[in-house]
Amino acid sequence: MAQQTTNKNEWPLWEVFIRSKAGLDHKHAGSIHAADAEMAIENARDVYTRRMEGVSIWVVESKYIHASEPGQSEELFEPANDKIYRHPTFYDLPDELKHM
Amino acid sequence: MTVDSLQEHFDDKVKREVTIEPRDWMPDDYRKTLLRQISQHAHSEIVGMLPEGNWITRAPNLRRKAVLLAKVQDEAGHGLYLYSAAETLGSSRDEMMEQLHSGKAKYSSIFNYPSLTWADMGAIGWLVDGAAIMNQVPLCRASYGPYARAMVRVCKEESFHQRQGFEIMLTLSNGTEVQKKLAQDALNRWWWPSIMMFGPPDDNSPNTEQSMRWRIKRISNDELRQRFIDVTVEQAKILGLTPPDKDLKWNEATGHYDFGAINWDEFWNVVKGNGPCNKERLEARKKAWEEGEWVREAALAYSKKRSERNNKISAKAA
Repeated sequence: MAQQTTNKNEWPLWEVFIRSKAGLDHKHAGSIHAADAEMAIENARDVYTRRMEGVSIWVVESKYIHASEPGQSEELFEPANDKIYRHPTFYDLPDELKHM
Repeated sequence: MTVDSLQEHFDDKVKREVTIEPRDWMPDDYRKTLLRQISQHAHSEIVGMLPEGNWITRAPNLRRKAVLLAKVQDEAGHGLYLYSAAETLGSSRDEMMEQLHSGKAKYSSIFNYPSLTWADMGAIGWLVDGAAIMNQVPLCRASYGPYARAMVRVCKEESFHQRQGFEIMLTLSNGTEVQKKLAQDALNRWWWPSIMMFGPPDDNSPNTEQSMRWRIKRISNDELRQRFIDVTVEQAKILGLTPPDKDLKWNEATGHYDFGAINWDEFWNVVKGNGPCNKERLEARKKAWEEGEWVREAALAYSKKRSERNNKISAKAA
């Protein structure tokens, strides 16, 4: 995600999410500048889908994205660290057991 | 576009297996059917936390306790994925809560049975989650995108649920006589309700045909039920336990297990609210909702106060 601008005359920044194929999630592709949402979608089309990379576009003004602090990643994700029992491979079951 | 051509466009997409997304035009009945099914599914995840929550404090050791906690936590998460998918169809969370609490919306009947012993934690994981997975895997290809994507996430997380349940059953089956009896007793009580989880038989399931045409549903109730019985009977052999059905017999000609008559009167009776725990489950949900009221209010009040303060600061700066 790009940094927010402080220049008041600059068009606001938008984050662009592209659905590459029907049925899949929208994924963050990058960002662009645009004066409004409609222009943001058109600009996103021109910048990010020139080679048919998408079937759907979402744009969100960057200032509305709240992100976790990279510096606090360790404590944020720490709770999942020692819980290997959330994975199916944790359970040792007989080989003859099928369909599970 | 006229309604006719919109309908045609929709039908064509479904036929070509192109997912329907929230902003696409869809027939009213398709929307209604999905809303009913997805919210019912979400409610099942949330109410489904109760029978297992009952045993968290009494798990036999710390490992079992941590695993059971993780499983119940997953069910909460699954409920949330599904509520969010339902919200893309235009329903609000509060509206869905209201429908659950008033009894207007249903949830899976299996959760109206009590969890009487620790062995029930094994039987629920093995049978109830096993049946749920059997049901949910085809839903990963449902025609409505947000539902299908939620189901992919759910299925991925669900596989440990069944394995931990089977592990409990295996430990009990290899244990003392008393432990083995507990395991058999749990199987006896959960077997038939699990088989009923697939819903009424095909010839008495009014919504199936339309849902299959819309590709919300891919495989009929009876076919899924048969698949479940075929794999589960084999798994029971590994445990040395016997499903409580004297008519259960391998049929060489069909390549499937034959099984005894299902007590559909019991099923409909529980659906109507007369199961052993219907009242208790709904009351527990309502109590949780009411007792959480002050938390919801406090969080909103705090957020409002904070934004007012920020507005004041930026007004001063300007």
